[in-house]
Amino acid sequence: MTIRMPIRTGTLALATMLILGACGSGATTAPSQPAATAGGTTGPSAAPNPVPPTGNVTLTGAGATFPGLLYQVWTEKFSAVYPNIQINYQAIGSGGGIKGITEQTVDFGASDAAMKDSEIAALPAGSKILHVPTALGAVVLIYNIKGKDGSAIKGLKLDADNVAGIFLGTITKWSDAKIAANNADLAANLPDTAILIVHRADSSGTTNAFTTYLDTVSPDWHTKVGAGKEVNWPVGNGAPGNDGVSAGVKQTDGAVGYVELEYATVSGLSSALIKNAAGKFVPGSVDGVTAAAEAIVDKFPADFRQVPIINGAGDTTYPIAAYTYILAYVDQKDADKGKSLVAFLYWALTDGQGEEKAIGYAPLPQAVQQKALAELHRLTTGGAPIWP
Amino acid sequence: MTAPAEPSRFARGTSRVPDLIFRSGTRIFALVVVGLLILLAIQLAVSGSQVFRTFGLSFITGTTWDPVAGVYGALPYIVGTLGAALIALILAAPIGILTAIFLSELAPRRVAMPLTFAVELLAAIPSVVYGLWGIFVLSPILKGTVEAWMIGAFGWLPIFAGPPFGIGLFAAGVILTIMILPTIVSISREVISSVPNNQREAMLALGATRWETVSKAVLPAARSGIVGAIILGLGRALGETMAVTMVIGNGEHIPSSVFDTAQTIASKIATTFSEAQIGLQTSALIGLGLILLVITIGLNIIARLLVWRASGALGDGPA
Repeated sequence: MTIRMPIRTGTLALATMLILGACGSGATTAPSQPAATAGGTTGPSAAPNPVPPTGNVTLTGAGATFPGLLYQVWTEKFSAVYPNIQINYQAIGSGGGIKGITEQTVDFGASDAAMKDSEIAALPAGSKILHVPTALGAVVLIYNIKGKDGSAIKGLKLDADNVAGIFLGTITKWSDAKIAANNADLAANLPDTAILIVHRADSSGTTNAFTTYLDTVSPDWHTKVGAGKEVNWPVGNGAPGNDGVSAGVKQTDGAVGYVELEYATVSGLSSALIKNAAGKFVPGSVDGVTAAAEAIVDKFPADFRQVPIINGAGDTTYPIAAYTYILAYVDQKDADKGKSLVAFLYWALTDGQGEEKAIGYAPLPQAVQQKALAELHRLTTGGAPIWP
Repeated sequence: MTAPAEPSRFARGTSRVPDLIFRSGTRIFALVVVGLLILLAIQLAVSGSQVFRTFGLSFITGTTWDPVAGVYGALPYIVGTLGAALIALILAAPIGILTAIFLSELAPRRVAMPLTFAVELLAAIPSVVYGLWGIFVLSPILKGTVEAWMIGAFGWLPIFAGPPFGIGLFAAGVILTIMILPTIVSISREVISSVPNNQREAMLALGATRWETVSKAVLPAARSGIVGAIILGLGRALGETMAVTMVIGNGEHIPSSVFDTAQTIASKIATTFSEAQIGLQTSALIGLGLILLVITIGLNIIARLLVWRASGALGDGPA
């Protein structure tokens, strides 16, 4: 096991005593034996760490594709600790996750974008939904440009105006003076090649994060296109999935596209350094994303429905980041499933966070993790709290 | 209908119950098949009704698909679907028919057998494999050879203009050509083989050449079956999803030339349905499905009518 979140809490004065009390014991408990030793007794409302029931329980979840790998690792590790709990997660897409939880065909849903008001209104009457943030992702721009000297261009820098210009179709050649202005070191080598944009053909949380960025930084984009999981692109070709975009960019000299951070690494293509709010050009990275989330942690909304984090403050902050969520009903109809779900979410928010970096996901900032843990107390079954 | 002599000939003191069960059983299953189609159409119409109520006919003629603004128009996808299928048909029909003629009329048995097998193997390749092959092998080749040459030679025609991307309507058409060839070849071959031999012998006896025999005796007799083969191929071309998605470029606009990127109805539904929002967007996608169903059925009916007219003129009745 790597760094334990609650231990790091010690340096964070913001964390409330109540929450520290609640999860204090978890900090000193080895993941292999939480059930036996769990039992915090500090604080008036402190309860033992949530543990699943002893009988066999199967939880079914479905939704976003982006955290699919993370949830797969999590469910395996969690089932290793509690062999009687089976969790099946189907990465069918965020929209499918919201559909599933709305129609109550799954025990939990997952989505890269927080549910919209209209989607919440479609939930069964009287029910309340909980957004539990689990991880953060970054959207990076990958490109394939052969320079004038024949070598591949590396370390391309782009500011917000240039990113918007490229995707609006107002900047059409890599040799454009506006791009050269960002890249004094590369300017002589930038070719006359036409820019070919590859965007997602399917609707996705990645597109939502990226178009929210464009919508925020460019008034032109805001009036002409807007932000969403699927938009009416002014220029470019579509390709299905992060893989499809990588393949499309790889195929064509002069191509540029946007993908989730981990796909940029896998594809072997260079990704652009984007200018952040502090005026620094930063590459997409797990740390840069957590920094972005930390910078706006005090603005994290009470209902947890955070829009993508665009242009966060701080020198190391990467400007395009977004949370991904697990969605669950506040009132759990099945007591055993409810208990199992709370235990899983508790594990995911504590021990599970340590798994994220190694497989390309950004862990939650400390304060958000604490807020999310506090939210778990709200889950009820038959009117009584599952984890008092 | 039933001849009175029939039962007495076969009924050796047994009841007519098995016959009754057989007849009603087959009838029920036949009705289930028809019922499925009707239920499917009703379901599509009901689920897709919202988008038709909202936009009316402009859902079909609209050219903008913008989920952010909540505006949906299906025309680019209709054009893309018909365009890709048309390219496939133009390429596959002559190749398929000529291959079928060679296999059934001209080739010696030891050549025809393995060739037939090879053509049918094409149908066994999963469409996602065609798609991958299309992206990594076919599209770079098309881009450098056929597309570059055609744009150079015929670029003055708007329909052949534009930069060669490698992916696009033309690449999708070529992939579909390969995918529908086995259907066209194997059915045409069966139909041509089943033309009675005395037709050929009569022609040859009159001193006709091989070409005259095939073109004047065999093909006219097999015409309705060949058209049927092409229609089956067309049906596959219209509905094919995966391979097309991967090579058509998913361009959300009406293609300006055959080399432009485009998007088909099936591909649009497959790529965006899972993330679509409940409500108007889902309804719009189901509406697209309904349009595809209508296109497919419509083309089938037109083809049937053509076949009937052609066979009527020949006087050999509907096939």
